[in-house]
Amino acid sequence: MASYSTSEFRSGLKILIDGDPCSIIENEFVKPGKGQAFNRVKIRNLKTGRVLDKTFKSGESLEAADVIDIDMQFLYSDGEFWHFMVPDTFEQHAADANAVGESHLWLKAQDSCQVTLYNGSPIGVTPPNFVELDITETEPGLKGDTAQGGTKPATLETGAMVKVPLFLEIGEAVRVDTRTGEYMSRVKK
Amino acid sequence: MRWEPSASLETIFKRARIYQQIRTFFSDREFLEVDTPVLSKSTNTDAQIASIRAFNQHEALYLQTSPEFAMKRFLAAGSGSIYQICHAFREAETGRRHNPEFTLLEWYRVGYDYHALMDEVEVLIDTLSDRKNSYRRVCYRDLLIEYTNVDITSIQLPELREKSGELLPSANTEDLDFDQCLDLLLSMVVTPCLKGYVFVYDYPISQAALARASVGNPAIAERFELFHDDLELANGFSELTDAKTQRSRFDKDNDLRAAKGLPRYPVDEHLLAALESGLPECAGVALGLDRLLMVLLGLDSIDQAICFTD
Repeated sequence: MASYSTSEFRSGLKILIDGDPCSIIENEFVKPGKGQAFNRVKIRNLKTGRVLDKTFKSGESLEAADVIDIDMQFLYSDGEFWHFMVPDTFEQHAADANAVGESHLWLKAQDSCQVTLYNGSPIGVTPPNFVELDITETEPGLKGDTAQGGTKPATLETGAMVKVPLFLEIGEAVRVDTRTGEYMSRVKK
Repeated sequence: MRWEPSASLETIFKRARIYQQIRTFFSDREFLEVDTPVLSKSTNTDAQIASIRAFNQHEALYLQTSPEFAMKRFLAAGSGSIYQICHAFREAETGRRHNPEFTLLEWYRVGYDYHALMDEVEVLIDTLSDRKNSYRRVCYRDLLIEYTNVDITSIQLPELREKSGELLPSANTEDLDFDQCLDLLLSMVVTPCLKGYVFVYDYPISQAALARASVGNPAIAERFELFHDDLELANGFSELTDAKTQRSRFDKDNDLRAAKGLPRYPVDEHLLAALESGLPECAGVALGLDRLLMVLLGLDSIDQAICFTD
């Protein structure tokens, strides 16, 4: 497997640290004019999602992690696994709850999302930044109330809870930002 | 294609104004402005500094990492106090505060020691910043005790590694040597706490570079660094004038380079011959002008201070 020296570290690079695949978020070169150079690196552990700081002597090398992000179509969940398919090859992958994490709240059958594979197995799932989902549960809407700023909780078809404007009804679709979990707009069907 | 300078017009004008102020400052003090070559057959042996190589036909040359060696040959030839504004080059130094090519103001004051030179640095920076700043001076040992509780005069390597690891859990300190541990602590624990202009002086002799040993204490080098907050701005010495000591430092540097698997660099015999013939007692300092511009204009990264970094 290839390895990367600290001078090649850049945001997004995938490396192995203590046996876990990690992604580099930030790399800062720290060096006194006369003295040892270090690289202060902010890293995300792709298995746990935790962000950690690491300091390396400049010039040290780390093994590359065999990690790739692939766009796949979400097929279905059987309760234990979430099943995805690569559209071009029909190759299927099953991700467990650990890999899917909170993303399951935004996964709707047929939608495409990004699956992160480590040594060929899914370790992470990233939904699209925006998804359109139907409201399955909410208090009855207040007719004519389109200008007021009030909100109410609504449950979406995937199980996600989102705050929506008061005028929305069950069966209507909304556009949500999956990074913040915030309602963006109503979707006309 | 983005062709515009990476620095703003305000910065470009400020740089021009600073160059004028520097030249006035030194001509008022009867310094001679000099100009030394960028290309050289020999280079700095410091194991922590890599030189960029250039080729003239088949001859390998080095881009200067600082103008120090050539400037000392002027001093030995009887130039009196000298200064220059020049470009210097260091391989693989790239980051928010580093660029492989950068600008130095370097000057040598005949008859001064490092404390007198610190006074002069203060006057220059006050001049360039158009205000009276306050400066703190603290010796290296006291500074380390203050922020890390490490006393370099008594601590041994195993304990220093352990202590460094406790203070910086993100680093693996097991394979660091004594000076690497100190560099780690200074860069990552101590300097992030500094506020305003701070001179750190009396470095351990193992980090003397081209400074002379303190007359009263051979464990200490008459070397200082100037920081603004955690940004290193300048490095100065009471200059080492003894040719024999200088040669043995070069050889030691090259041994350390070899031990690290780095190439030995050709030693500058011209400098050694100049020291042999007699370098006047003097103090010298190199001040990073790109970084000083960052401080004066409140810039976040060095590419905003350098006109072109593409």
